[in-house]
Amino acid sequence: MEDKKGFIAARVAKELKDGDVVNLGIGLPTLVPSYLDPSVSITLQSENGFLGLKAQADNPEDAPYIVNAGGAPAGVEPTGAFFSSADSFAIIRGGHVDATVLGSLQVDEKGNIANWIIPGKMVPGMGGAMDLVVGARKVIVAMEHTNKGVHKILKECTLPLTAKGQVNMIVTEMGVMDVTPEGLVLTEYNPEFTLEEIQEATEAKLIISENLKEMTV
Amino acid sequence: MSKVKTITQSEAAGMFKDGMTIMIGGFMVNGTATRLVDAIVESGAKDLTIICNDAGRPGEGCGKLLDTHQAKKLIASHVGLNKVCGQQYSAGELDLVLTPQGTLAEQIRSGGAGLGGVLTPTGVGTSVADGKQIVEVDGREYLLEKPLKADVALIKAYQVDAAGNVRYKGSTRNFNPMMAMAADIVIVEADEYVEAGAIGPDFVETPGVFVTHILKGGAE
Repeated sequence: MEDKKGFIAARVAKELKDGDVVNLGIGLPTLVPSYLDPSVSITLQSENGFLGLKAQADNPEDAPYIVNAGGAPAGVEPTGAFFSSADSFAIIRGGHVDATVLGSLQVDEKGNIANWIIPGKMVPGMGGAMDLVVGARKVIVAMEHTNKGVHKILKECTLPLTAKGQVNMIVTEMGVMDVTPEGLVLTEYNPEFTLEEIQEATEAKLIISENLKEMTV
Repeated sequence: MSKVKTITQSEAAGMFKDGMTIMIGGFMVNGTATRLVDAIVESGAKDLTIICNDAGRPGEGCGKLLDTHQAKKLIASHVGLNKVCGQQYSAGELDLVLTPQGTLAEQIRSGGAGLGGVLTPTGVGTSVADGKQIVEVDGREYLLEKPLKADVALIKAYQVDAAGNVRYKGSTRNFNPMMAMAADIVIVEADEYVEAGAIGPDFVETPGVFVTHILKGGAE
């Protein structure tokens, strides 16, 4: 597959509904808006303190005053609003964000997620990720299925957790998985791969949905 | 008559002492009072505890206080964009406390608001919960996160009036409004300095009651 990231982002885009308030993590998730159906309009929340995130400022004079959650210059929609970090996380923790889409180092069959630290190697900090996965109504992990062949979808995360039992859905280039009390249910698969190949690339045991469909974007 | 004092950058520098805890507003330097950070550098004060969302970048924002080794401890949510921070932490030169961003905001807000802390579901079941009290409310577990206070807070305003009333612009609010409530000395640096009352009561976001000092001069 040539454009794995674009394919994953395009599939995630189908999960978002018109009017949703969405927070996107850095990297792959930021590609999602460009794949939205034209009938679907979402509002992006930027955890550093505003709703209505846009890629660029309309007015160059405003540019120094608006950055996205990665600290890069950004803009705001006319319907947007600025607020403090306390209000921003009241929006996030209080369940006012419909969905968050984020990448991960590891995720497991219980919906645990580990994406903020590799002890001894990488200590960037959790930023807003811990609040986002606890507070957003729907948590979608969008990532490549393995790390160059090394399992990322596990029976149990081995890295320090970002949150316990908060992930609802995992979208990769191989398929779509729902986190359920019984475990990970494969609901869609990419026909470029066999079910055996998908299971081999997954440490956790996949439950095949009775309504298994081909993954389309 | 307002009790707020207007000071120069070198007068500000004279207020920073060894061992102080200093809150610095801003998110990746957006909304950071950079002239006041320069005043800390000028002061030479050391063994500082810095509370800031992030470590800025090398040579920028509170990153400067890592470069000068004035910061002994940093309480932040994210430091990944400043390599110096990781290096100093790995070398044992910097005490680093990483806190979820929403928790940090509420710890500061509760410090300023006279509360005994906050109960948050964020961090339950993670290493953030280590050593913290878990409180169950209506069947859900929360972490008790204690309030944070500081000796000095550095606030970046869009406008400040002579009575210390502050108006912000864009995403530069971030941690500034909470930090302005949570320190003994609160110094405001602004892009625009206006007469008392010129912002207007409906548009003031940080009331002057929280502010003790205004840094002289306009934008850099």
